[in-house]
Amino acid sequence: MSIFVNEHTKVVVQGLTGKQGQFYGLRNRAYGTKVVAGTNPKKAGTDVEGIPIFATVAEAVRETGANAAFVIVPAMAAPASILEAAEGGVPFIVCVTEHIPTHDQARVYNRLKHDYPHVRLLGPNCAGILAPGKCNIGFTPAEVSTPGPVGIVSRSGTLAYQALYELTQSGIGQSTCVGIGGDPVPGTSFIDALEAFEADPETEAVVMIGEIGGSAEEEAAEYIKAHVSKPVIAYIAGMEAPPGKRMGHAGAIISRGKGTAKGKTEALKAAGALVAMNPTEIGGLVKQALGR
Amino acid sequence: MDLMEYQGKQYFARFGIPVSAGGVADTVDEAVAQAEQIGYPVVVKAQVMTGGRGKAGGIKIANDAAEVRFHAANILGMDIRGHIVRRLWIERASHIAKSATRFKENGEPKDEEFYASFALDRSAKKYLGMLSVEGGVEIESVPDELIAKIHVDPILGLSEEACRAWIAAANLPEAAREGALQVLMALYRCYTEGDCELAEINPLILTTDGQVRALDAKVTLDDAAHERHPEWAEFEAVAVAAGDSREALAKEKGLQYVGLDGTVGIIANGAGLAMSTVDIVKQVGGAPANFLDIGGGASAEVMVNALTVINTDPNVRAIFINIFGGITRCDEVARGIVEAMSRITLNAPIVARIDGTNAVEGRAILKANESERLIMLPDMLSAAQKAVEIAGK
Repeated sequence: MSIFVNEHTKVVVQGLTGKQGQFYGLRNRAYGTKVVAGTNPKKAGTDVEGIPIFATVAEAVRETGANAAFVIVPAMAAPASILEAAEGGVPFIVCVTEHIPTHDQARVYNRLKHDYPHVRLLGPNCAGILAPGKCNIGFTPAEVSTPGPVGIVSRSGTLAYQALYELTQSGIGQSTCVGIGGDPVPGTSFIDALEAFEADPETEAVVMIGEIGGSAEEEAAEYIKAHVSKPVIAYIAGMEAPPGKRMGHAGAIISRGKGTAKGKTEALKAAGALVAMNPTEIGGLVKQALGR
Repeated sequence: MDLMEYQGKQYFARFGIPVSAGGVADTVDEAVAQAEQIGYPVVVKAQVMTGGRGKAGGIKIANDAAEVRFHAANILGMDIRGHIVRRLWIERASHIAKSATRFKENGEPKDEEFYASFALDRSAKKYLGMLSVEGGVEIESVPDELIAKIHVDPILGLSEEACRAWIAAANLPEAAREGALQVLMALYRCYTEGDCELAEINPLILTTDGQVRALDAKVTLDDAAHERHPEWAEFEAVAVAAGDSREALAKEKGLQYVGLDGTVGIIANGAGLAMSTVDIVKQVGGAPANFLDIGGGASAEVMVNALTVINTDPNVRAIFINIFGGITRCDEVARGIVEAMSRITLNAPIVARIDGTNAVEGRAILKANESERLIMLPDMLSAAQKAVEIAGK
């Protein structure tokens, strides 16, 4: 099984008529994802390579039964698009948009908690989600994946791809690869993904890829200790990052001595996770954990 | 973007937070002119993006023009924790009230200097306000029980009622409470409407005539919100002029660059992989010269831009290119590297590791073009070791 999405997931792409949206929307469809609709109020009634465009998400949901949204619009428009998807009745929203102001992220996150508590937001600034063989929403290069028993959850996109690739090369497949994104207020946390992977009968081990900034990894370590019976293989990027400098991702910053890779690594080790020292060690540790 | 004190105070003033009258000076003469206009005594304050200015001698009281001249001459050009002082803020000296309840170890009453800030609590995903009667020192050194914290839901906002309760919880003196309420409500507006990542007042003072005022300002603006704040342009201009020119060049080319001080230049795609690359260079005994994330793709154009930036760093003795080819396949990446090398004359050799989609084809292209200036190694560890070895020669 996969988490959050499956072969029945129907996707509406907000931004399908844009250059990026079209590229990734069509890529996702070519992989086999059911991309059923796009939205653009100015282009309602038209289509993108056969995918119908609707004025609103609500309309797209009504007409196509879409149950997931892929938000790929500019940063200033993204918060409204996420809320439109929630209001339109979509329970799972993936937002890949980078550079959404932090206050907007905080407002969207809390607005969803208040008014749409059952809606799951993945991202923003995330690579998306891939359930190999079933569904791909976002940027993940599915060609480096294969179906199997390992779940991946990562803040970084490329490090998740690297992990997918190494596992596939070693003949180990993946159940779902979840990109939670590099921003300060992610809609879905490590803990949310760990909980879902723990409950998924086909996931046998989980790869968790974190980085400097915030305390999500430390909180995940507490959760792993208390609730996760499956082996967790972890890697944290940014061991040598200087304090106070933002390392590419908005959320990747050590502020006032908090959020260091060392602290996160130690917390995960103490929770029983196998910790890789560099991303290319992940494959070997997963093999070891699965006894292969 | 971090603001200097005077910019932070200008920003505070926009939201109605009381600050002392003052002006900027870049020369001794300007400092005297500002002081004459403001009226004595004044405080001469070094404007640098770091703490510990007072201890370093970067903040001095002056009672007349001669004293302003003396202190300004001393402070301009001063090195405070690696920051050279090029600008001063001259402001009217404040008369800070003495506490009736808090005393120093020698029995003298403490100054009424408080601490107030708003920032995001990433864990709670709500705003966190912190308020303490122990201001004027680094907040990290204040015992937790002396800091009153309030979580604010961004949707519900901060009510006056909640703010009053917060002030009471912090045990601010009665005389400061009404003034603090006005300041904190304004600080909250500044933090939210002003798109701050951090809005901090330390110290927030009570004056002898009963006013509550921001004596310092520490503001970090959220660069992502730049588009809706045309008024940030003047701050941005100052930051660019004062900042690292290589970082500015990278930014102009749409690359994420952070300068470090080593000898191994680093190019990787994706923030996570770029951080990992910095880590591994350090792990094998090298010193990274930079963090550089070229984003998800890795076209020849982007590679040229990245190499151009690295090439301006005279300390770089080897360049480690670490790319994971996903949608941009490794053969395209390899062709990009080869093409980039034909378009730009590099000061240091490249060690490249590429992996991912079409890795075999990509590596074959690099192998075919291998020389002393371009070395291909298939895995991250051996490539890092090679780059460090070259840089150490």
